[in-house]
Amino acid sequence: MTEETNYQVPTMADLAAKGETPEVLFWVGCAGSFDDRYKKVTIAFVKILNQVGIRFAVLGTEETCTGDPARRAGNEFLFQMQAVANIQVLDGYGVKKIVTACPHCFNTLKNEYPELGGNYEVIHHSQFLQQLINEGKVMLKGGGEFKGRRITYHDSCYLGRANKVYEAPREVLLALDADLVEMKRSRTKGLCCGAGGAQYFKEPEPGRKDINVERTEEALATGANTIAVACPFCMTMMTDGIKNKDREDSVKVYDLAELVAQAQSL
Amino acid sequence: MVILQQILFVAALAVMARFLTRRIGLIRRAIQLGRPENRTDRPNERFNIMLRVAFGQKKMMTNITVGLMHFVIYVGFIIVNIEVLEIVLDGILGTHRLFAPFTGVIYPFLINTFEILALGVWVVCAVFLIRRFVIKVPRFQSERHPEMTRWPRTDAALILTFEILLMTAFLTWNASESVLRERGVGHYGELKSVGNFVISQFLMPLFANWSDAALVVCERFAWWFHILGILFFAVYLTYSKHLHIVLAFPNTYFSDLKPKGEIKNMPEITKEVQLALGISQADPNETPAEPGRFGAKDVRDLTWKNLMDAYSCTECGRCTSACPANITGKKLSPRKIMMDTRDRLEDIQHGWHQHGADYDDGKTLLGDYITAEEINACTTCQACVQECPVNINPLEIILQLRRYKIMEEAQAPASWNAMFSNIENNMAPWKFSPGDRFNWADQVNK
Repeated sequence: MTEETNYQVPTMADLAAKGETPEVLFWVGCAGSFDDRYKKVTIAFVKILNQVGIRFAVLGTEETCTGDPARRAGNEFLFQMQAVANIQVLDGYGVKKIVTACPHCFNTLKNEYPELGGNYEVIHHSQFLQQLINEGKVMLKGGGEFKGRRITYHDSCYLGRANKVYEAPREVLLALDADLVEMKRSRTKGLCCGAGGAQYFKEPEPGRKDINVERTEEALATGANTIAVACPFCMTMMTDGIKNKDREDSVKVYDLAELVAQAQSL
Repeated sequence: MVILQQILFVAALAVMARFLTRRIGLIRRAIQLGRPENRTDRPNERFNIMLRVAFGQKKMMTNITVGLMHFVIYVGFIIVNIEVLEIVLDGILGTHRLFAPFTGVIYPFLINTFEILALGVWVVCAVFLIRRFVIKVPRFQSERHPEMTRWPRTDAALILTFEILLMTAFLTWNASESVLRERGVGHYGELKSVGNFVISQFLMPLFANWSDAALVVCERFAWWFHILGILFFAVYLTYSKHLHIVLAFPNTYFSDLKPKGEIKNMPEITKEVQLALGISQADPNETPAEPGRFGAKDVRDLTWKNLMDAYSCTECGRCTSACPANITGKKLSPRKIMMDTRDRLEDIQHGWHQHGADYDDGKTLLGDYITAEEINACTTCQACVQECPVNINPLEIILQLRRYKIMEEAQAPASWNAMFSNIENNMAPWKFSPGDRFNWADQVNK
């Protein structure tokens, strides 16, 4: 990083005070805000946004949980309380376009808020990164450190099956010039990491095995030394799975944004 | 003799029609127990889905070998039914191969096609029996899947065996009759020009030494066995998982068109939330709505489509073998969710039958059929929804049951309650101070 680099993270409130509106709101999500591991992803994505010079903003402390885990656990009342309050904030700032690095926030904002009156163009950061690469705004020097690096991509349920985003994350990885290898169950058949449906927030029911271990074994079977994810919960589950298998020295879990930032030495 | 057969035939048809209409009526009533939901929007899209998924068997083809085998049975079933039309008319009118004189050279061609398909169905049914009971394809095994014991297991074996018997009867009928035609016996001789058929000709040597009288008995027996078998099968269907051959079509037509990740909204709650947040004011003139139940405790709380899903399920277990919870040994099985829903509906009907239409056995879907342990294990990954070849949605039922458990009974795992209160008080599922939410930004330039 050069001396003069000074990454900016404007908030909607800052911009509103100056009478400005950003092109896109970056919805950070709770994991992106509080989870130490995923904060690195948030920062990597912010660096990319800065570098390409997109006018973005975040909600900062005005952001709250979308309500996704509450709704999936069955607490519709709590979900709607969150959703209706968030919609008020978003509409208050006149937000039109949202990008988020969390597939759960993505799905909820995109598919579930419209019925409660919140209508926005919502894209996931994997699609956003793919667009930046396609438009030549993010230039990845092929043949760099990713040449020949074996990467397997783990489909997030709420990106893949829920919203049919299968190719954008893969195209980002291919643009890195990485050696992309598929797990036995991928795309529509991708196996859940075990976190969805609010499972992340409780112990699993009794069974033979934890779901993340099952999925990690499948990822390890590809021989990849990098597991690429595009979801904070998949990130934790796969990282825990790697620890469970004592492979944390040889296998790393990264989010797409981190890999793109690495490739650009950000 | 002919007139006696005609009378018997019409009587058999009438008995079947009686049973069939009764069963159809019961199933219709059972499905109508569900809550209303509009699934008639975007008719073109719906029709397309039905064409691709039900008619074209698109989702069966993800495993091409099994998909093609299933396709043989499916095409065989549909095409061989054209022959059933002739058989039924023959039975009523006391004729014999009614269509043969009119259709000329097309007739042997048609029968040959039917015979090839019949052989195909025979072979595939045998392979399917072997897959289930000899190779033991895991998703059918009761050791691993407790829902596949007793009746479901027997049902599958019965259907496959039955289809093999029907096809055997069809080919035996043609073969014995071909011998009679060759020998010029009675009215069979009149159709000599039809010739022998492509598959059954290989069975003809079996009958070479039979007397004419024995052959006629065999021909009649095979004919009657085949057609009575089909009539019986039509009624049996309505008690069996095999009902998917009919319901696959409406069930795919009424598919869920929203993205798989979108959970159905509860408008009745939106109103309360808006009041609670002071966004809207209560209308004093409005009579308070009937306090409905939040979520589902029993089948009546589900939608009619959830219930049609249950009757459309053929218990193939593709959902369950894709379910991450089931794969890792949890009790949840999406197939069992569908089977339980159907069993519950059948038990309700049984109650009606025994004790009248007001009867309540005091049981409920959640609790007596499906446990909290099962529904709590769901990751809402939608793999079951994705896999179902007839677009059944087990996830929707699971989520409705969860809503009941949480909102009506307030029974959640303790850590879920903690998560709820964190969201309520800290605006995040974890116990962090909302004021610290933006602290990550301090690290951006480090």
